Parts: sequence; C-alpha cells; structure tokens
Amino acid sequence: MPVESLFPRLEPLLPHVQKPIQYVGGELNSTVKDWDEASVRWVLMYPDAYEVGLPNQGVQILYEILNELPGTLAERTYAVWPDLEALMREHGVPQFTVDAHRPVRAFDVLGVSFATELGYTNLLTALDLAGIPLDSADRGEDDPFVIAGGHAMFNPEPIADFIDAAVLGDGEQIAIAITEVIREWKQEGRPGGRDELLLRLAESGGVYVPRFYDVEYHPDGRIKRVAPNRPRVPWRVHKHTVMNLDEWPYPKKPLVPLAETVHERYSVEIFRGCTRGCRFCQAGMITRPVRERSIDTIGRMVEIGLKESGFNEVGLLSLSSADHSEIADIAKGLADRYEGTNTSLSLPSTRVDAFNITLANEFSRNGRRSGLTFAPEGGSERMRKVINKMVTEEDLIRTVTTAYSQGWRQVKLYFMCGLPTETDEDVLCIADLAKKVIKAGREATGSRDIRCTVSIGAFVPKPHTPFQWAAQCDHETVDRRLRMLRDALRSDKEYGRAIGYRYHDGKPSIIEGLLSRGDRRVGKVIRAVWEAGGRFDGWSEHFSFDRWAECAAKALADEPVDLDWYTTRERDQHEVLPWDHLDAGLDREWLWRDWQDALSGGEVEDCRWTPCYDCGVCPTMGTEIQIGPSGRKLLPLIVK
Amino acid sequence: MVQRLRVRYAKRGRLRFASHRDISRAVERAVRRAGIPVAYSAGFTPHPKISYAGAAPTGVASEAEYLEIGVTRRCDPKRVRDDLDASLPTGLDVLDVVEARVGNLADRLEASEWEVRLPGADPAAAREAAERFLAADRVEVERLTKKGPRRFDARGAVQTLTVAEGTGEIAGQEVARPCAILRMVVRHLVPAVRPDDVLTGLRLVAGFAPPSPPEVTRLAQGPLDAVTGGPADPLDPDRDHRGGEPGTAGQRVGGDL
Repeated sequence: MPVESLFPRLEPLLPHVQKPIQYVGGELNSTVKDWDEASVRWVLMYPDAYEVGLPNQGVQILYEILNELPGTLAERTYAVWPDLEALMREHGVPQFTVDAHRPVRAFDVLGVSFATELGYTNLLTALDLAGIPLDSADRGEDDPFVIAGGHAMFNPEPIADFIDAAVLGDGEQIAIAITEVIREWKQEGRPGGRDELLLRLAESGGVYVPRFYDVEYHPDGRIKRVAPNRPRVPWRVHKHTVMNLDEWPYPKKPLVPLAETVHERYSVEIFRGCTRGCRFCQAGMITRPVRERSIDTIGRMVEIGLKESGFNEVGLLSLSSADHSEIADIAKGLADRYEGTNTSLSLPSTRVDAFNITLANEFSRNGRRSGLTFAPEGGSERMRKVINKMVTEEDLIRTVTTAYSQGWRQVKLYFMCGLPTETDEDVLCIADLAKKVIKAGREATGSRDIRCTVSIGAFVPKPHTPFQWAAQCDHETVDRRLRMLRDALRSDKEYGRAIGYRYHDGKPSIIEGLLSRGDRRVGKVIRAVWEAGGRFDGWSEHFSFDRWAECAAKALADEPVDLDWYTTRERDQHEVLPWDHLDAGLDREWLWRDWQDALSGGEVEDCRWTPCYDCGVCPTMGTEIQIGPSGRKLLPLIVK
Repeated sequence: MVQRLRVRYAKRGRLRFASHRDISRAVERAVRRAGIPVAYSAGFTPHPKISYAGAAPTGVASEAEYLEIGVTRRCDPKRVRDDLDASLPTGLDVLDVVEARVGNLADRLEASEWEVRLPGADPAAAREAAERFLAADRVEVERLTKKGPRRFDARGAVQTLTVAEGTGEIAGQEVARPCAILRMVVRHLVPAVRPDDVLTGLRLVAGFAPPSPPEVTRLAQGPLDAVTGGPADPLDPDRDHRGGEPGTAGQRVGGDL
C-alpha cells in the first residue's frame, strides 16, 4: 500500500517557521524510491538540526549504500526546531522524512546516528512526533525497529529503554546485514513478532539488543553483573570494522542542500582509526586499527564528488589527517589538479608534530590562507604526558613560528580543562604558552600583526578509554580555572591584546559526562528532562543545566546514585562498568595499565611506527594496521 | 571577463521556501557543475561574478527572477540555458539566457506583476476590498523590518489590482475550497511594496482577512509598458532582433487560468 506524502499538510505550516527550506528536501543527489518496490525501508535520522545533520558523513554513506541495495529504500529525517514541533503538534502532522515526506512510523527501521550524547532528548521528540512509543517494550507490529549507531553507542545504556538495538563501529556492512535479516523475517511472515527479529539480530553477536541483557546492582548502586537472559544471546557484543576502505568509496554522490549547513564541502575520509594513543580520545580508542584509503581512491572520489556536487572545497577527513602515509602526494596532487579553479582544500585535525609547512602551503595554494588550528590539549609538558599527547613546547613554538613567517597571521590553539591530575598551575601554563607563541611569532616576522586564539573546553571522561575510570572534574573547579586563565591572558600588557580567548563553561560537560558514562538508570533522567521541555541539548541557547540537575535529583531519588556519583566519582579497577559487555576490542587490562601509566606520566608510542603494545584490538577483532605508502601518485583526471 | 549573460529563472513549488542566500549558493554550485567558465573577482577571497537583481522574498514563488553571470570565455546562451538548467535542482528552472548588450539590467526592473492565491477566501469579499483599496489615495501600512517597524504607503505603488475566482485546488485536499486570486502590478519603489503589504492594506480598508497563508507568485518583472499597463520583457533590449528567437518573458509562463 503506498504511503501518502505529508507535504500538503506540512506546507501550510512552513510560512510560519524559521528557515523553512530545511524541511522541504529535494537536495541534489537525494533519492526517492518507489515505496512498493522496496521490501525493507529505512529512515535514517541524525538527531540534530538539519544544518548540522545533513553534512554528517555516516548518514550520507548509509543513505547511499542502502538505496543502492535492490529491494531497499532509505530516506532521512532530522530534528525539527521547537517552532515547527509546536505547529506539528497543533495540526497533528507526524515526524516526516525530508525525501518524500513519508511518515517515519511507516518505515521498517529507524536508524539513528549518535555522534554525541546530547542528541538523546531529540530522539525522544522524534519518536513522540512519529507516534512511536518511547519505550521499546511498548512497541508493536506496526512500529519501526529503532536501531542506534555512532560513537556514542559504545555505551548505549542510558537510552537502552528507548532503542530496540544498537550497533558498534563501522556501519556499512552491518547495515546491509541487518537489512537482509529483516527482509527474510518479513518474507517468512514475521514469525515470532518483534522479539524474534531482535533475537535473530542479537544471536549474531554483532547487534546489541538491550532487552536481552539483565543488569543487577549492588546495594551501593554499583553494577553487580550484566548477563544475557536468552540462551543463544552472547555475553559480549562486538564492534564492526570495515577492513578495505577502497571497496567502500562513499559518499559518491554527496547530498547538496539548498539550506545553509555547517560544512559546505565535499568530504572524503582519508583513513579511519588512529593509534596516536591520546588517552582522552574516545574516537582514537574505538576506531582502531588505522586503515588508510589509497591515494588512487581518494583522487577518484574527489574528482567524482566535486563533479557531482559543485562544491568548491574539499575536506580530507580523519582523526589526524596529516598522518596519512602519503599525505604530501595527496595534497600536491590535488593542488596541482585544481590549480586556478578556486577550489580549496582543507585538512581538519592536524597534529603539531605531523604538520609541515610544505603541506600547509599546498593546502592554501588554490584558496584562502585563513587560519591554522592546533590542539596541544594540555598547557604544561606534564599534563601532555598524562594525556599522552606527545607534543613538546619546542615543537609547538617552532611550528607556529614557521606558520607566522610563511604568512599565516592567525593561529588557533585548542586545550582542555579539568584533565585528570590537573592543577591550577597546569592551566596557567596555557597562558605562558600563548605568550611565548606570540613573542616568537613577532620576532620571526618583525610584525605585531599576528594573533593567536586560545580555545578551551572541559574534559569529559569517555567509555573505552584509559580515563573511563577517572573522576570528572566538577564544574565549579573548571569554571574557576577558566576564569583564572582568562585573567592571566587579559592582564598581560605586552601580549594580552594579541591573544583571543574562547571557552565553554563546565556545566554542559557534566551532563555530557552523565550521559557518556551513565547506565540504564540514567534513562529516567533523560525522559524527565524531555518531559520538562528539554530539546537540542547541544545548543547553548536551548540547554539548561538546572533542568538536568533538577530532573536527575528527582528521577534518581529512589536510587543510591546521583549526578555526582556518575560524574565526579573515580571508579576502581574491578567495578563493572555499564559498557563492559560491549567489545571495542580494547583489552581492559591494557586500558587499566595505560590509566596507571597516565598517573605516573608514562608515555606510549604510536604502533604504526613502533612495535605493538598489546591494546588488544587487532587480535580480538581479527584486524590489522593498513597503511601505505603505496608509492603511487595521484592519477590525472579521467575527463578534463 | 569577455561576456555577460543575463538569465531569467523561475523559483517554483517547494523551492519557493529557499532564501536569496540559499539560491545564490545553489547557483554558484550549478555554474561549477555545468562547467560554465565563470569569472572570479580578484583579491583575497575571490568570488564568482554572479549578480542578482530584485530577488523575490523567501516563501514567494517566481516565474521571473534575473541574474547576470560574467564569463571568461564566450558562451552560447542557448547552451548555457540548457546546461545551467540541468545542473540546478528541480524547482529552480532556467527559462531564458541572453548575452548582455546594453545598459544595466537592474534599472529595467521597474515593476512586477504578482499573483496572490488565497485558498478559502471569498472572491466577492476580495473584490470589494480591492475596489476600496484602489479608491483610496493612500493606504498606510506597517511592516516589521530589520530596523524595527516601518510605516509607508502601500497604495501609490499599485498600478493595477484585479480579483479572479479559482477552484483553489491544493494537492492532497479532498474538497476544493473557493479561492480568490489577486493579480496586481506593483511598481518597485523605495520602500518596496510587497504583495503582503497590499494584503495588509486590504485588511485595513475593508477588514478583508484570508483564512490561510497566501500563495504568492511573481509572474513577471520589467520596464512598465505604457500600452499593457504591465511589465515588459526586460531582456528585449539585449536580444538580437534581426535573427534571435522571440523572448519568452512576454508570455505568461505559469499561473494563467
């Protein structure tokens, strides 16, 4: 039975909302497939505003892969702003896809990508607007399966009540596998209902179905054990790793929106994974091992992607892009190819120690020489040893000075506040570092017309990292140190005016901490916050710390735990962590050793260039490091 | 820059919700996709030489929007029309491309002809309101601008204003409601008088208030033609009348009943 478009009912609401274009779809390269010809139908959601969600690589990749699959269709939906939400409720218009404006509830699967935990309340809004029961347990035959993915799903426990399943790791292959399991189950006439389908997924060991695991607690609130409650459901669920990125060259046809979005460029992932070993970095821990995309595939993807989109900027993405074994050839090859076409290249996530000026010059050859950003993360040498960000002050000053003398006038430096073992002095070292940077820059250029911006936010300990046991720094301390740093920068007569200062206060990070390391009991808090009007928690103008704190106090009143217990409490070695049954491949004992090394300032090298240090990922997951150099050069364009 | 191309394009259907900035980004990308050798400005941040004249507001459809592209290599206007149209999303449709020969295009856009569909509105009431509006010398309306509320006369700019009856068919609605359709020719003055200002005027002079949001379409814009009382084709002075095709801007492309 065809599903009717909701657009005629949505259209009269659009003149009354901000930026209506974000709700109309019709993006270049978007796909609308015939409803009846597909036997498995996905709706993919990025649970934030369209302007943030549309450029998301994960959603674009799965959208394209699923739509290429015979008998399968995929559409997209995003969080609607409160102005439209109110009108949709008033006029009874349900959550819709932007592609064909079909009702979300009509699909088989709602796949939600959580890059950050702050999208949880937006999931509840979408479910509610769609007419899908918030609780997985209350859903029936006609409701879609709600399956979550993305980095935050390495601990999905806080939203265990609201999702039917979660997937860890790379989505390309597992999305297809899930599709085929659903197709088979539907063709068989849906034997055993929802439970049976979820059981089939759970038994594979590659899909986490929270309802098939029971959590027991100690009287003091700690978890006693997490155990499967069905015979063939495995004790641990493993993550997925795509081993050959050249076989998955997506997105091929990037979505090009009419509306303005946060990234207006063709992005290509040049590798996945990172083994630099920064201890705060969840992405670096959970995406191991390093798998490079080859220079040829990158060259082809950029060529086709630019032609299909008309974008004039290429972003070479990864966790530390200058670390690609052939980055110099890639940069030079692309700069040569697009010489004189006003096409610019950008290299987000550049490490100070991997940066070199030849590379930077290639990147700015055809475009703007805007600014350079580095992330020393810690202000003092001691702090950087604790977090294993092995960048010396000398390195940093030399790199930045070179940049200034090559014509860059603005350098941004990223730091974190509230790192384990941090003292006031460590944070004040950031001010010294910034002043030294300006001083060296002025000496090198003979000009006072150079600037640097210090950007700083609070550290949040994340699951599957050596800091998963750490106490999160309370927001009072973080805010005090941020003010102290501000005063130290502003009061300096010689350098103060050349140094900009941007900071994020500590309160939102405490809530992020609650959602990152929370367990199933935190679900009650999320629901209470949503019921109290919580929406768009990643946006400072919508986020309310007080609402979260009050709702946490109320929802957890009958539990032996509270907001502080989840955030500022240090865990001991043997405490069962809410995500221990979810396997990112990392050896728990190695993580603990690395945590102890952090406390004593011990450093770890990158296993791409030094011997394996047994983090556990490769043997557990059956994977291996895949890096070049291939020795090849970028091929000329196929069609000129 | 060796040539300037003047482009008439339409903004249709759901694409009417695109803002002017949205459209200019889409055009820049389409120009690159189509391989049109657009010229760039010199300087620190080079910009493609594409300029826009008299863009319709967000939410308003149009059959007559104009832009000008500077190119570094001579192009065949017909080819540019096809290539650019193929590269733009459906709903942003290229209708006409001519080579700029004389004068300034923006200066020729003296007036617009608008169609305003008012689903559910009583045509008789609309007709009466229009008569009262036309009979007035001045109709002061207020509009919220970026600089705060602003009062101005909405009557003086209105050359003609007629009311027709339509079926008001909207896709997806089972019963076709009656529909009043306003047609108006409005001169481009400062401050600009928009169709919604005229609707405000109708409310002020006759208490006329349509029950649902108006659907506004610009049908044409150009120099005011003394004979027809409406806008003429602004690209006509650029056309090669000895051998070129007749313009399409004189014909009504959409909205005619």
